[in-house]
Amino acid sequence: MIAAALFAVLVAMALVVVRALRGPTTFDRLLAANSIGNGAILVLALFGFLTGRPEFLDLGLTYALLNYVGIFAVLKFFRHGSLGAEAEVER
Amino acid sequence: MIETTITIALLLMLAAVTVGIVRVRGLFAAVVLLGVYSLLMATLFIVLDAVDVAMTEAAVGAGVSTVFFLGALYLTDTVEAPSSRGRFLPLLLALVTAGALVWGLSDLPEFGSPEQPIHKQGADYLARSIPETGIPNVVTSVLASYRSFDTLGETTVVFTAGIGILALLRRRRGEGRN
Repeated sequence: MIAAALFAVLVAMALVVVRALRGPTTFDRLLAANSIGNGAILVLALFGFLTGRPEFLDLGLTYALLNYVGIFAVLKFFRHGSLGAEAEVER
Repeated sequence: MIETTITIALLLMLAAVTVGIVRVRGLFAAVVLLGVYSLLMATLFIVLDAVDVAMTEAAVGAGVSTVFFLGALYLTDTVEAPSSRGRFLPLLLALVTAGALVWGLSDLPEFGSPEQPIHKQGADYLARSIPETGIPNVVTSVLASYRSFDTLGETTVVFTAGIGILALLRRRRGEGRN
């Protein structure tokens, strides 16, 4: 059962990788990167249960937080053209 | 069996992403694809049972490196400059490096084998640490005592890299964005 779920997640990740590679716009690639992060979390959790170590779930939470920070950095880059707060001060 | 299948699937995705990174023209897309590569690599490390390495890969490769690359893009430009030199020499260099790595790979012990040197030598650090160094934490004693010169070298490298980045960024900021 868990193995089947794992394969399903891997297939989904493969499809998302195709979108990341072919994506006509950068936003497609960004969304694909975020989805691959989610897929990594799912693989982490499922693999933990598959090998009898469900404590991997804690690491999955940390992954989710890292994804969040990364997406924030990228979106801030889009909004302000820079990462620091000095762009807001200049305006 | 399941692990082998997952590993092969992830390696195929990694190869596809690598080709994509080389072929893509926009530098922003390349940064995003590098993040994708790191996330896939972290998943591979999880399947190989190295959860701590996977954590580092996700934090440094997908998290901090992306932010640094974006900062570099802000200071420079998001369009790749056309290369004026030929492509033969880089290709040759990459092939030679890859050949050397594959050649070195053939000397490694089999994956998961109990005959690996790590299981036969140095495994008595736990018993040796306190009488020899007096440090109660074994990880600290290995890092700071048994491998102290190695650690000193690492610290020097990180320090030099930090100085280099500071020097680069300071000069750029004075000139402004061009």
